[in-house]
Amino acid sequence: MLEVRDLAKHFGSIAAVKGVSFSVGMGEVLGFLGPNGAGKTTTMRMITGFLPPTSGTALVGGQDVTRNPVAVKRLIGYLPENAPAYHSMTVTNFLRFIADVRGLRGEAKRKAVDGAIEKCRLESVRHQSIGTLSKGYRQRTCFAQAILHNPPILIMDEPTDGLDPNQKHTVRQMIKDMAAEKVIIVSTHILEEVDAVCTRAIIISSGQIVANGTPAELRARSATGRLDDVFRSLTLGAAEASTKEG
Amino acid sequence: MESIQNTGAVFKRELKSYFESPVAYVFLVGFLVLTGFLTFSVTRFYERQVADLQPFFFWHPWVYLLLVPAATMGLWAEERRTGTIELLLTMPVTLLQAIMGKFLAGWLFITIGLACTFPVVLTASYLGRPDMGVIFCGYVGSALMAGAYVSVGMLTSAMTRSQVIAFVVSLLLCLLLLLAGWPPVTSLFTQWAPSWLVEAIAAFSFTPHFESLQRGVIDARDLTYYLSVMVFMIAGTQIVLANRTAA
Repeated sequence: MLEVRDLAKHFGSIAAVKGVSFSVGMGEVLGFLGPNGAGKTTTMRMITGFLPPTSGTALVGGQDVTRNPVAVKRLIGYLPENAPAYHSMTVTNFLRFIADVRGLRGEAKRKAVDGAIEKCRLESVRHQSIGTLSKGYRQRTCFAQAILHNPPILIMDEPTDGLDPNQKHTVRQMIKDMAAEKVIIVSTHILEEVDAVCTRAIIISSGQIVANGTPAELRARSATGRLDDVFRSLTLGAAEASTKEG
Repeated sequence: MESIQNTGAVFKRELKSYFESPVAYVFLVGFLVLTGFLTFSVTRFYERQVADLQPFFFWHPWVYLLLVPAATMGLWAEERRTGTIELLLTMPVTLLQAIMGKFLAGWLFITIGLACTFPVVLTASYLGRPDMGVIFCGYVGSALMAGAYVSVGMLTSAMTRSQVIAFVVSLLLCLLLLLAGWPPVTSLFTQWAPSWLVEAIAAFSFTPHFESLQRGVIDARDLTYYLSVMVFMIAGTQIVLANRTAA
C-alpha cells in the first residue's frame, strides 16, 4: 500500500535522510521513532509530497509521489508537526475549506465536515475561531482535517506532542479505532506510544533506519527488555558520532 | 475544470481571510481616505474646474505603492511562518493552482478597494460632463496596474517568513518599477550598465503604460505589458516556492 524506496534528502551539504526504505500494509500502525533531528519529519514531508526528494521515491497506492504528487496527496491524510491551521478561521470554516480543496461538494462535503467534527469531538467549539482554542482542541482540529476525506493512508507527525495525558489517551484511542482499515504512520519520540498504538516500529537515527520490527522484537534486542534501552543503544552512538563529524 | 475548482477553493479562503480580520477594513478605509485626500486636497480637484479624473488616477501608482505591499505581504510569508503552507501544499492541488488562487484573491481585494472609489465618478458627473469612456479606461488601467503590484508583492512574500521583509522588499521593487524611466533612476545604471540594459530597465516602468490608459487609450501593448509582469512574477513565485527547503 505504501512503499518507500531509498528515499534521500540533502539540504546543501547536509544529508538529512540517507536512503530510507520500508513498506507499510493495510491495518498496520507504523511507529516512526528517533531522536530530534533524525530525519523523521523530512521523511514524512517527502512521502506526503511537501518536499521533493533528492533521490529515491515513495509509492503510495501504486502512484509515484515524484511523478504524480496530486494523486498521492489525494490518498493521504496528513497531520503536520505542531498541527498548523488558519487561526482566523472557525473550526467549521476551516474544515469546509479542506473539503473544498479535497474536491468534496454539496451533501458529501456536509457529511465529511460533520463526520470529522463528530469523530474528533469538536461540536462544542465548531463555531469558535481556531486561534482561540486550547492546544488539545487545535490538535484535534488538525486531526479532523487529516481524516476528513476518509483517506486510506494517514500520516501523523508527533500527534500527541504537548498534549496532557487525557488528550494523549484520546488521540491514541482515535488512532486505534481507525487502525484496521487504514495504513497509519505515526512519528513520535515518546516510547510508551509505541506500545500503546503501534503494530510495528522503525527507529531512525541520523537519517538512516537502525531497527525495524514489532515492539516485542525490538524489546528482545536489549538485555533489560526495555524499549528505552534499545532506543538509546541504537541512537546514542550515531548521534554522538555525527556531532563529532559536524 | 478541476483546476478551476482547486484554484477557486484557495481563492475563496484567501479572500475571506481578508474580511475575517480587521485588515480588510483598515486597508479599505486607508485606501479611500488617502485617494480622497490626495485627489481633493492636494491636486485641488474642485479648483481645477475640469470634469475629468486625471488628478484622481494620477495618485493611484503612489497609493498602491504604499498599500498593496501591505495587503500582499502575508500571502505566503504568513503561511510559511505558521506552517499552514505544509497543509496547503499537501492537499491535492498543484503549486500553480494555489499560487493563482492567492494571486487572484489579492487582486480582487485591491479591485474591491478601487471599486469603492465610485463616489469620485459620481462627483465628477454631478459637476460636469466627464468622458465616461476615458474614466472607464482609467479604471481598467488602474486595475491592471494593481494586478502587477499584487504579483510583485506575492513574489516577495514567497521569499521570506517575515511579513516586514516582504513589505519592505516589495515596496522597493515596486518603487523601482514605478520610477524605472525617471532620469535619477536611470543614471544609477548608466554609469556601469550597457545602454541596452538601461533602456530595457526604463521600458519596464509601470508609469508610461498607465499614462496612456489614463488618457483613454486601451492599447494592446499596455495590456500585454501588465499581463506579462504578472506572468513573470507568478512564475517567479512558483520557482521560489518549489525550491524552498523547509516550510
